[in-house]
Amino acid sequence: MGETVAKAEKVVKTTRREALRKGLFWGCWGIFIGFAGMLGISIVRYAYPRIVWEPSSTFKIGKPDDYAVGSVTVMGDRRVFLIRTEGGFYALSAICTHLGCQPIWEQDNQVFMCPCHGGKFYKDGINFAGPPPRPLPRFLMTFAPDGRMMVDKAKEVGLDFILKV
Amino acid sequence: MKWVPLGLVRYTFCLGGLSVFFFLLCILTGPFLMMYYIPSVDRAWADVQDLSNVVPFGRFLRNLHRWSGTLMVICVPVHMLRVFLQGAYKPPRQLNWLVGVTLLLLTYLMAFTGYLLPWDNEAYWAATVGMTMGENSPIVGSKGPFSILSQDKDIAYILRGGTMLGQPSLTRFFFAHCVAIPGAMAGLMGLHFFNIHKAGGMSGPL
Repeated sequence: MGETVAKAEKVVKTTRREALRKGLFWGCWGIFIGFAGMLGISIVRYAYPRIVWEPSSTFKIGKPDDYAVGSVTVMGDRRVFLIRTEGGFYALSAICTHLGCQPIWEQDNQVFMCPCHGGKFYKDGINFAGPPPRPLPRFLMTFAPDGRMMVDKAKEVGLDFILKV
Repeated sequence: MKWVPLGLVRYTFCLGGLSVFFFLLCILTGPFLMMYYIPSVDRAWADVQDLSNVVPFGRFLRNLHRWSGTLMVICVPVHMLRVFLQGAYKPPRQLNWLVGVTLLLLTYLMAFTGYLLPWDNEAYWAATVGMTMGENSPIVGSKGPFSILSQDKDIAYILRGGTMLGQPSLTRFFFAHCVAIPGAMAGLMGLHFFNIHKAGGMSGPL
């Protein structure tokens, strides 16, 4: 009983000097942690560029007559394959669905072969050998008002999509 | 500082020291390579050719850097294997094991980012594969399981500095290889050695 009273008295006896010291101590730590946190958050935000200089996702690829029937055109800079069939055109992504390398069109075998890990795709983009888990995505194609064709890499379409000409 | 009794010292105890040796050799030769290398997509490859064929002793310094890095990538996991087989990760050395695992991962990241700097075809497609792996990582990648970030906010976007590989990517790899990762490694290595000292010197067979 006596002990409890003594304890209570001890708590009350917190002096102004001690409170000030503790406040200063935790205040300083608070400022330090707050500053370090702000620095950390700003560095993470800093790593996200606000503007990137990258080509537009839509681009024009000329008129249908520029491409022979049955041809596969590799647009390396755009990372797109343009395929002309008898019925029309379709554009395939030239990014392997396994780990992102660029497949090579093999004219003799009529397949796309990825040099990195040996993934293979048919001419319509369907994967049939190697590690790729999905077919090559097909991009939306439209006609611009001037009669030239346009590809929009931001819009994927189904595997049956064909731009009829 | 207590030392392991001489009779218990094995050659495998040198592996950690060898890792430090190769790290220091890289730190010594790296800045000299930076004198001739410019991290620009147009110039990087030519600069490396220049370094290997024109600059006096350039090939020597570059290969010293390259082989030190390669040997470090071998030494660090073998050192870890020694620590594991001798049970030297046990208390009071648990924290040091964690620091060591972090150092191992940073060593691999050093090797990866260094591999990309010549910006030849090998580097470009290695970077492509690496970034796609980032994209497909859980949570932090935009295409991985449990993804919460969009394509212009995920980990691959930070690493590449955009949605495709280019000049911002090379600049970032250069920064990571020359400043960020070696700095972090130096700090963690200091902690690693301090922990060894605190636990009473080198760990012997238990």
